[in-house]
Amino acid sequence: MKPAAAFEAGIAAALANPSLQAALADVPAGFVAGRARVKAALPEFEALRRTGRDIRDHTLAHLDLYLEAFERNAERAGARVHWAATGAEACDIILDICREAGARVVTKSKSMVSEEIGLRARLEAAALDVVETDLGEYIIQIRGETPSHIIAPAIHLRAGDVADDFRRRHAHLDAARDLSAAEALVGEARGVLREKFLTAEVGITGANFLVAETGSAIVVTNEGNADLTMSLPKVHIVLASIDKVVPTLNDAWPLLRLLARSATGQEFTAYTTLVTGPRRAGDIDGPEACHVVIVDNGRADLLRSKLRPVLRCIRCGACMNHCPVYCAIGGHAYGSVYPGPIGAVLAPALAGTAQAGHLAQASTFCGRCEEVCPVEIPLVSLMRHWREMAIDMPGSRRSRALLRAWAWLAERPRAYRPVAAIAAATLGRLGRARGKFAALPFAERWTRHRDLPAPQGRTFQDLYARRKREVAP
Amino acid sequence: MTEGYARRPRVGLFVTCLIDLMRPSVGFAAVRLLEAAGCEVIVPRAQTCCGQPAYNSGDQASAKAIAKTTIAAFEGLDYVVAPSGSCAAMLKLHYPRLMAGDADAEARARAFAERVHELVAFLVDVRGMSEVPGAFAGRVTYHDGCSGLRELKIKQQPRRLLAAVAGLELIEMAGTDVCCGFGGLFAVKFPDISNAMVTAKSANVEAAAPELLLAGELGCLLNVAGKLSRQGSPVGCRHVAEVLAGEMSAPPIARPASGGAS
Repeated sequence: MKPAAAFEAGIAAALANPSLQAALADVPAGFVAGRARVKAALPEFEALRRTGRDIRDHTLAHLDLYLEAFERNAERAGARVHWAATGAEACDIILDICREAGARVVTKSKSMVSEEIGLRARLEAAALDVVETDLGEYIIQIRGETPSHIIAPAIHLRAGDVADDFRRRHAHLDAARDLSAAEALVGEARGVLREKFLTAEVGITGANFLVAETGSAIVVTNEGNADLTMSLPKVHIVLASIDKVVPTLNDAWPLLRLLARSATGQEFTAYTTLVTGPRRAGDIDGPEACHVVIVDNGRADLLRSKLRPVLRCIRCGACMNHCPVYCAIGGHAYGSVYPGPIGAVLAPALAGTAQAGHLAQASTFCGRCEEVCPVEIPLVSLMRHWREMAIDMPGSRRSRALLRAWAWLAERPRAYRPVAAIAAATLGRLGRARGKFAALPFAERWTRHRDLPAPQGRTFQDLYARRKREVAP
Repeated sequence: MTEGYARRPRVGLFVTCLIDLMRPSVGFAAVRLLEAAGCEVIVPRAQTCCGQPAYNSGDQASAKAIAKTTIAAFEGLDYVVAPSGSCAAMLKLHYPRLMAGDADAEARARAFAERVHELVAFLVDVRGMSEVPGAFAGRVTYHDGCSGLRELKIKQQPRRLLAAVAGLELIEMAGTDVCCGFGGLFAVKFPDISNAMVTAKSANVEAAAPELLLAGELGCLLNVAGKLSRQGSPVGCRHVAEVLAGEMSAPPIARPASGGAS
């Protein structure tokens, strides 16, 4: 199936899935209301957004400088920094580190860039036992799914949906045990994950930010799983994309304040961890070795393009929580690692327009995403940019021809006026009795779900000209 | 009014293609309101559409050509006023962007954009209108069209003027700032998602139990009225200008003229 057709099919499946619809119906009262609450409690929130935007823009303008500073300072702290141009290269580097560490079990905390580069599948293909330690991500893993949201990967599910997956996967479970409550699932997952935390030879985390000044990675979670992932195994690998760097710790704080508020409506995440290199002499715990793998995977090209502002993104997910399209169809229908408005902008850049260019069409341009974006990414303009790219593609020939024909008229008022008058008169006459059309041959995609109001029958221009003539002396 | 001997401002009405084609009574309501606000109204014949369908479909070249036609049509007028938030935003914010790279055209587009206003915002913010000709005894609710709300920050102005309508009671519905699912061509490109959105919007309208749903955007109104009509709802839909101007002789959107078939 072609990607655009798969998208159509995904939309139909999502709209017809009652448990998904029930899960999505909780988003407004959850994430959206939560963000509104903390925003209201912080009068300088809008100023903070501008600060966040400026920090990101400054960093992107000097990205090479800050990445090199990060490398220098991270290595000074004892970490090893690896550069990867592509996702495949990053996977190779990580697999080599795992092999060198003699790893059999690898724990992983949630990382969108690891999803982007297909890391887990790659490590599993090399016979490693890879375990996701974020609860939502763990659920996704045992169900064989992908995340449907960038911070709430299992947002499409409810507790009752996953009890069966736990029973299937966890052979030790007593059949009589009640797993219907979220707490019971958390307890069960915790027991299984605890053992993995203790046996893993390598722990892989993402990074919300890399701090150039100190060579630190900052990782935030609400479950503390990243802390166990990075501190218990003998090797810690940080996987991050090039856009994650910030100049100093002082630049990270406003971004962390924006991130928690925009993402979950918290003032700060429950766990905010700075990790700088491996265990030092005198540290009571920590890994023996720390590697930082920094991957480009298409971002340097974005840096040089009109799409540069998309690299400001701090992955809070507010754009999807506030998107009426995302909230109607969920994340999986998009068929891309990053769904929602940010996905509609990023996915065509990372996966190519043939694969994901159509996602930019799935927006009413209502602008709610832009309004809540903590770093003011002009998401509507960037989606429009992809539409501009698409209009010249051969696949758009038919819609382009229709559009050009209409535009030809719209550029010629003398020709346009009589055509509009004929259309108004014809439809007006046909629809006068009922005031609407329940069906029209050329408007099935409109009348499938709603009536088409009938026009009043005369154009304004026509009526206004007549009125002018009547009042004229 | 306050003008005294001063010249009345000459306001060019940008009718919008939807109002021109579907609901000219809104255009007459706009004329009446502008005249009540002490303006001389001019309706240039050489206007068609603002070009949003082309612009938002990625056809910049067509949008640019239409923009030039529009700008030329409104030469020499003090203001350009549109009874639509999205068309006004197109003229005001996007025309200059479209001309970027062509210094002369961009300068003209900027000078033009400075004169552009959405109707209700113009009446309140520029003309200081506080009394309106219309009267309506009943409950209404108001839907904020996305472009007007977010691009032009129109939120209080329609509410201020509705508060001045004798007898009118405004009930705020839930999610008034959430998109209705119209989105121009979106409604026919993604009919099923659009339906999910307009179904949610209709439920919020019904929950407020108004006699009328009002908005400043005919696109949204055609969508929501079409849905309410399909559901057999008793709620009528009108452009806010109709109520403010007291131009209510035409039946609500998607309703037959009283007396039924003719």
